[in-house]
Amino acid sequence: MTFLSYLISGLSLGSVYAIIALGYTMVYGIAKMLNFAHGDVIMVGAYVCFFAMTRWGINPVFGILLAMAVCTVLGVIIERLAYKPLRAVPSLFVLITAIGMSYFLQNAAQLLWTPNPKVFTSVVGNASIKLFDGQLSISVIAIVTIAACFVIMAVLSWYINNTKMGKAMRACSEDKGAAQLMGISVNLTISVTFAIGSALAAVAGVLLCSAYPTLMPTTGAMPGIKAFTAAVFGGIGSIPGAMIGGIMLGIIEIFGKGYISTQLSDAVVFAVLIIVLLVKPTGILGKQINEKV
Amino acid sequence: MKKNNIFLIYGTVIAAYIIIQLLMSAGAVTSSLRGQLVPICAYIVMAVSLNLTVGVLGELSLGHAGFMSIGAFTGVVACMSLESALPPTLPRFVISLLVGAAFAGVAGFLIGIPVLRLNGDYLAIVTLAFGEIIKNIINCLYVGIDSRGLHLSFLTNSDALNLEEGGTVIINGPMGIAGITKLSTFTFGFALVLVALFIVLNLIRSRAGRAIMALRDNRIAAESIGINVTKYKLMAFVTSSALAGAAGTLFALNYSTITAAKFNFNTSILVLVFVVLGGLGNIWGSIIATTVLVILPELLREFNDYRMLVYAIVLILVMLATNNATFKNTLRELVNKIIPEKLIKRKEGTTDGNS
Repeated sequence: MTFLSYLISGLSLGSVYAIIALGYTMVYGIAKMLNFAHGDVIMVGAYVCFFAMTRWGINPVFGILLAMAVCTVLGVIIERLAYKPLRAVPSLFVLITAIGMSYFLQNAAQLLWTPNPKVFTSVVGNASIKLFDGQLSISVIAIVTIAACFVIMAVLSWYINNTKMGKAMRACSEDKGAAQLMGISVNLTISVTFAIGSALAAVAGVLLCSAYPTLMPTTGAMPGIKAFTAAVFGGIGSIPGAMIGGIMLGIIEIFGKGYISTQLSDAVVFAVLIIVLLVKPTGILGKQINEKV
Repeated sequence: MKKNNIFLIYGTVIAAYIIIQLLMSAGAVTSSLRGQLVPICAYIVMAVSLNLTVGVLGELSLGHAGFMSIGAFTGVVACMSLESALPPTLPRFVISLLVGAAFAGVAGFLIGIPVLRLNGDYLAIVTLAFGEIIKNIINCLYVGIDSRGLHLSFLTNSDALNLEEGGTVIINGPMGIAGITKLSTFTFGFALVLVALFIVLNLIRSRAGRAIMALRDNRIAAESIGINVTKYKLMAFVTSSALAGAAGTLFALNYSTITAAKFNFNTSILVLVFVVLGGLGNIWGSIIATTVLVILPELLREFNDYRMLVYAIVLILVMLATNNATFKNTLRELVNKIIPEKLIKRKEGTTDGNS
């Protein structure tokens, strides 16, 4: 029974990582940059939803929609102001700009909303389902999170594979120059990618804080790093890879916490990552690129 | 100005040291700045060593603070266990630095063998992972000393060390080390900066350094003319991590308590920011950027709560100003409007320090 309950909380945490990792991996696939500010967009999304629910008493569903709208706008603005001017320079410089943006968001949040942790009320309440005569209890939020992750994954795969914009995204990630020549607006495509990634970040933020209810300006940082790890784990740039990577990372983390040691769970996660990358240097679903001379 | 002009680098550093010493004896240095002097030296060594990995070898490392952490903890353990055997500070400090550097170097070697087989962002994430693992492991480590020698224990608590009467706990798990005798002084820090500069600059200008840079510019071409990839990559990586270890010891011996959480991902990123802003492969740039960026939050104190926000904005604006062509031109026109063009000695190609 403990195994099952660990598995479910692992799946639920992993689903959050997967949703965040989708944002990372989409942006990486198209803009070829590591958007370190992504973790902080999560935090902004959670705060918006928190204030919508507690201060204005808005229904949680609309709270999530509002958070998604705010994060979408935020993501597009960040891209326009900070990343677009640097599209032609090596990715390391964009990485530093993204770190600057991450500092900016964290400190702005600290000024706006004070560094004191807020207690996030779960969007679906704290109910749980008891199975096997109460031996196994599954919280509703875990089920909602896992379901949300699978729905998002399915919709996103459909969107990427079947719509015109999805096709443009795939084209841009393969070759931006050629895509431009075919009449695809690269700037618009990148903006849409950031918009989708940031909207997903808002969902992830709300789900994360519903399960782990402490909300601080630095809440997004560690899940952001973990999700980035998950994206690399699954093969960065690959959407199913982000999903698999995220879920596996969540399960490993919870099992590590439960069976090995609470303090060492992060070390276990990263050790598994290192082993995977040594065996498959481009991640689980990453494309192996042959070197040409 | 030639990149990595040694006279310029040594000259500036020595001049800065003399000026600060004079100012200190005149009492013109504020106490908050004086407290920053040793950390600045430690961060300069960190930045110079990271520049060796990122700028010269061309591999992005996001876990440099891990080596700093190893150096800090092993160095302080060495320092505290030698306290009774070797009372004079200078030799004890030097031995601690060497121990810190040696342990970090060995860790760099062990980590480097698997890590350096990877490329690009994958290498970056694995260095990040190692940095986090090091932090986690030190968080679970307990070390104590008594008359029988050092005792180690992992994942338990300080009681499991089985210390004799009168033994002391040195590393106390997540609480880190407390009660460190502060040995680091500005002069020691300055000496370490000089040693680090000497090692790195000589490495860059040697045959090995040219081989390392050849690997950065084109690995396949370098390999095809017989450059041993693993050997030279490891050489740069191990040197870099050993120097980071020494910097860690210097840093830790400046505070009375240290914890593993101090050397987290943010510290690695902080040093990376110094390196990138200073210019990849440009050692002088690293020194200047480190000094400015460590002092900047202090100078921004009048902005109070807004200072880290201003810091972030400055960081973004500097990245845009140095890398975006339109931004650069607008800036140049603005400067030309204010100052007549004749007065500016235009030296092409020196405005951006990065290669």
